[in-house]
Amino acid sequence: MSLITTDQVVLDLDAADRTEATRQLAQTLVTSGRCTDLATFLDDVRKREEQMATGLPGGIGIPHARSAAITQPSLVFGRPATGVDWGAEDGPATLIFLIAAPDGGGQEHMKILAALARKLMRAEFRQSLRDAPDAATVVEIVEREVVN
Amino acid sequence: MKFVGVTSCPTGIAHTYMAAEALEVAARDAGHEMIVETQGSAGSDPLDPAVIAAADGVVFAHDLEVVGRDRFAGKPTIDVGVKKAISDGPGLITQAVAAVEQFRRDPGSVAVTVAGGSSAATGLTTKVESGVGTATRIRQWLMTGVSYMIPFVAAGGILIALSFMLAQIAIGEDGAIEIVKYSLTASGEDAAYNIAQNFDLLSLTSWAALLFVMGAAAFGFLVPILSGFIAFAIADRPGIVPGIVGGSIAVTMQAGFLGGIATGFLGGFVARWISRWKVHKGVRGVMPVVVIPLLSTLVTAGIFITLLGRPIKWLMDNLTEGLNGMTGSSAVLLGLILGAMMGFDLGGPVNKVAYTFATTGLGVAGAATDAPQLKIMAAVMAAGMVAPLAMALSTAVRPGLFTEPERENGKAAWLLGLSFISEGAIPFAAADPVRIIASSVVGSAATGALAMLFGTTLRAPHGGLWVLPLVGKFALFVLALAIGVVIMAGIVIALKSREQSKAALTATPLAA
Repeated sequence: MSLITTDQVVLDLDAADRTEATRQLAQTLVTSGRCTDLATFLDDVRKREEQMATGLPGGIGIPHARSAAITQPSLVFGRPATGVDWGAEDGPATLIFLIAAPDGGGQEHMKILAALARKLMRAEFRQSLRDAPDAATVVEIVEREVVN
Repeated sequence: MKFVGVTSCPTGIAHTYMAAEALEVAARDAGHEMIVETQGSAGSDPLDPAVIAAADGVVFAHDLEVVGRDRFAGKPTIDVGVKKAISDGPGLITQAVAAVEQFRRDPGSVAVTVAGGSSAATGLTTKVESGVGTATRIRQWLMTGVSYMIPFVAAGGILIALSFMLAQIAIGEDGAIEIVKYSLTASGEDAAYNIAQNFDLLSLTSWAALLFVMGAAAFGFLVPILSGFIAFAIADRPGIVPGIVGGSIAVTMQAGFLGGIATGFLGGFVARWISRWKVHKGVRGVMPVVVIPLLSTLVTAGIFITLLGRPIKWLMDNLTEGLNGMTGSSAVLLGLILGAMMGFDLGGPVNKVAYTFATTGLGVAGAATDAPQLKIMAAVMAAGMVAPLAMALSTAVRPGLFTEPERENGKAAWLLGLSFISEGAIPFAAADPVRIIASSVVGSAATGALAMLFGTTLRAPHGGLWVLPLVGKFALFVLALAIGVVIMAGIVIALKSREQSKAALTATPLAA
């Protein structure tokens, strides 16, 4: 089971705002069959975002939700050319991690997401994703750092 | 140094772990050791008790209640929202180091985790979360008090309603009038009404009286419990004594549930203030059992009695005088004012004045069936039934606007409202005073005015549904009541819906 595939990497994300960016990233999950209902999932993400914006210092946005529309834990990685405001105080986000978890996902699945969340705090991990030349490299970095 | 910590967030898939990572990395970078228990959705591996025992300090970065807080008792603690750890892990570690150093110099001056505090696993719980705005916090304090009060409302209210019902069967149409004369202390001329001395196993009246005195006893706790647990939410355990004693004094002073809210806040803040004093080591042991309860009660009750005693008396005297001065003016206007008063504080001073005005009138009404005093009584009772019935209706129509305990209380409120037990609405009013009181005043005033306009009459001072045979023009009485109930329920739903959608849009919790 993979957390991310090359289809779930959008290196030239072109979106005006959070909602649009999230929708585009989530669309990749619909295409791959990991998300059964785009509207439901987007609604769950929006609710989480409304509780408090998930933007973090250092140009990071981590929209995320547990949703009944999600079939397996998934990560979608987006790298917008121009930053998207994600509610962080120090400016727009240039690295976006959309984290999708199934409702009531098993412990093993959740542990992978937990490991991913921990990695996001590492500057070298983020930098390597910023520097990745293509989708395959992004997938390879995530697989190496998180899944194993 | 060695640190332990707990992180948590609402979704439990991202911030919990990021905060844990940030703290552990920051601690290591600063040359310390730290292990964090992540209370998230990947399950939490509880910290080894030996690791906790060896730790110098604790950092809680959480948006949910820390599970098993007791395990960290007695250690200097930094307690923040989860996002703080993510945005400034090194800063928190610096703070934690400073707290530990300060603790070593002077243990009394640093916040430590308190055993038996607000642990989710054991003991009493509050609805207070960390890292929320002032308005939310006030609401959580109120809700904590309300959640402990609701069972008393249900127990007492249903016992009284059942007693009216039995009395109706046993005594006849005057049952509800007769039954409230019973008590546990009646003596002298009224000795026959002492149910403790005269209980008769085979008498239905005795059983009704028994239920009544028990229900009344339970009702005596409404305001003290509300007040006590508001104070508990604010100050934790030290708040309970000044809160409950203050609330009890509020009852005796006829200050109603608004008085109880006042003593709850007063008691809570006083207790919290005193419990944060820096005291000598020798005194620290007796702080929780002697010093805090003694001083906080002294201050809370002292302030309430001396400062509010006269204003309450003044208010009641003036309202009574104002009502007496209205004889001869428009009956509908009088009904409107009496109704508004009944709905305002649900058993508090303003309500008492209106009710006493009506029952006093009954005494001089004589035998005439359409005396103005009988109309006033009808208007007052109808108005007093509006709030609990409207809240029951609101919770039935729009359950999503209410909390689980409120919905349960809503079911009991049907019976309480029909029995003219206004207290059935107190949990709602105490949890959200401004909206509920505003709605209640409008709905109750409408019913009061209509009851007067329709010329309904009543010669029983209480009983609600159970004295309907004593109501003149009872179909119109019911109509006046129904209109007020619908009006109030409509306003409640409108105000609460607006609040809810607004909260969804502008929620800016520091929570993650």
